[in-house]
Amino acid sequence: MKTLLITDSVTKRFGGLVAVDGLDFELAEGQIASVIGPNGAGKTTFFNMLTGLYRPSAGSVSYGGREISRARPDRINAMGIARTFQNIRLFPTMSALENVMIGQHARMNAGLFGSILRLPKVRAEERRVRDTARETLAYAGLADRLVEQTAANLSYGDQRRVEIARALASEPSVLLLDEPTAGMNPLESEALTAFIRKARDDLGVTILLIEHDMKVVMGVSERITVLDHGVKIAEGAPDAVRDDARVIEAYLGTGAGEG
Amino acid sequence: MSRLRSIALGSDRAIAIAVIIGAIALPFFFESGSPFIDDAVLALAFVVMALGLNIIVGFAGLLDLGYVAFFAIGAYTMGWLGSNFFFGVNDGDGLHILVSDPAATLPGVHVNFLLVIVVAVVLTTVAGMAIGLPTLRLRGDYIAVVTLAFGEIIGRVATNGDQIRIGGIWDATLGRVPGVADLGSEAVLTRGKQGITPVDKVDLPFVDQFTSLDLRSWYFVALGLALIVLFVNFRLRDSRLGRAWIALREDEVAASSMGIPIVRTKLMAYGTGAAFGGISGAFLGSYVNTVNADQFQFSFSIFILAMVILGGLGSIWGVVVGAVALSFINSYLIPDVLNGIPRDIGLDFDLTQLSYGIFGFLLVIIMVLRPEGMVPERRRRLELHGVGAGETAGAGTDVELQEEAPR
Repeated sequence: MKTLLITDSVTKRFGGLVAVDGLDFELAEGQIASVIGPNGAGKTTFFNMLTGLYRPSAGSVSYGGREISRARPDRINAMGIARTFQNIRLFPTMSALENVMIGQHARMNAGLFGSILRLPKVRAEERRVRDTARETLAYAGLADRLVEQTAANLSYGDQRRVEIARALASEPSVLLLDEPTAGMNPLESEALTAFIRKARDDLGVTILLIEHDMKVVMGVSERITVLDHGVKIAEGAPDAVRDDARVIEAYLGTGAGEG
Repeated sequence: MSRLRSIALGSDRAIAIAVIIGAIALPFFFESGSPFIDDAVLALAFVVMALGLNIIVGFAGLLDLGYVAFFAIGAYTMGWLGSNFFFGVNDGDGLHILVSDPAATLPGVHVNFLLVIVVAVVLTTVAGMAIGLPTLRLRGDYIAVVTLAFGEIIGRVATNGDQIRIGGIWDATLGRVPGVADLGSEAVLTRGKQGITPVDKVDLPFVDQFTSLDLRSWYFVALGLALIVLFVNFRLRDSRLGRAWIALREDEVAASSMGIPIVRTKLMAYGTGAAFGGISGAFLGSYVNTVNADQFQFSFSIFILAMVILGGLGSIWGVVVGAVALSFINSYLIPDVLNGIPRDIGLDFDLTQLSYGIFGFLLVIIMVLRPEGMVPERRRRLELHGVGAGETAGAGTDVELQEEAPR
């Protein structure tokens, strides 16, 4: 299996705080991997560095052999890394459909003058993007009657679906999901877990997720990376990580008898 | 919902057709020299400017308080390229490009109106992007402060431009530096508060020379410009670029993560918005027959911004209504109808002296009673009245989540 995404001792400091400290990480093509760790472990900071929202203080990020740690977020999206956000960031006054159409921005060519004149190729592209957006929303499981609904009016679960559809619409090779099941009930989480696996199998997209729900993590991940205080403390298959003493310590604290 | 949408699109078209027919018929109900048509020409020119500012403020959400800069640059383009201002050019014979009599025999630079518009568009687009550049890292109020300062800078340059020598460089001891093109004995940048005047009248192919008395022709040119700009606005709003502007306004982080280049998209908004100001500025320079530093005050930026806000930020029809309404209040209602009121009740001033006070008062009233403007845009109504105000379809709503939803 080819390695798609590699970070080499990537570090992010905010003033005196080291949020991510010299992290080496590899993501193989076609894998479903997870990053877990207690609150404040640096998981989202790590995602932000992968997607260009933060520039690493040290170290490098390379994707498909190209150094991307200094690339802009929109370039990284165009290269094939798409993401969702921990606290859902849809464009609230846009419809679900428009949100997903935005996801295809980097895959479109229409320019200023083409749009003003509405050239045949712009018109065709607009239609194609609209159709693709509908299909993607249906694939992500949004009911047909909600497609034109304003994003902010959708239920929590539906907003998650739209956000995932928006990310998938940019035809990514790597999909980063930041706590996709947060706020979901066990039934919804299970459906989402199934969807993640299905998306990987159907679309061949490599998936990396941050997740707190251990049932989801253990169920779906093929490889798990555990962070604590910005440092990688364990990595490997779910079973191995579950039994790792340092992981248990990070989550539960040191032995109850001593404390 | 999709049926609703197509009805909405259809009504846009129906409104457009009704407005165009009404606007074409309108001048024939008045004498060609009537003051009403004069007011209507100004109103149309302001519609063009307000639609331009609407792209920057309404679509892309970049609060620009220096829009007067583009009016000034457009008007000076007309002044420079269509008057005797550079009367030294070509040894006093003048430079003439595609112009007919009487301009064709006068000294100075005289370029066809349509070409002047093209030059004004190029200059204002560049200026718009240049002014936009330093604001790219800023948000909200900070953008307002920087653009305001730029508007002031352009205004000051216009006022003091009669001291800035260009062409025929002067040196205190040598006199004029030899070998440099002589643009005229003054060879300065502007004529300050004195103004560049007279300015060439609009000169179109196949049409008789415009005069100051036949206002109908001016009206139709202004209407033509307004319709073109209106058309461009609609097309852009419903395009890839229009969606990107709105996405950027709503959540910059999410927009850039979804592949929208922030810098480029913002500069496009600044550039196109500024170009409309330049078109209108060039037209007004010719129409009012003077390009004069007193026209380019900060209050003018606020005047145009008030049109956008009164009409409805981001709403194309709203902005048209706002521009026409404020323009008529400014050029007809206050000076011609209500002007004597203070004197009638024994006060020693004219109402025109209070014009900006009145606009400010109108803004306050609108902000209190109807903050989304007279003809609100769907999104604005949603933002201001909370989610769900504009929609009726029965989706489950999650109150807790809405509060967390990014703004």
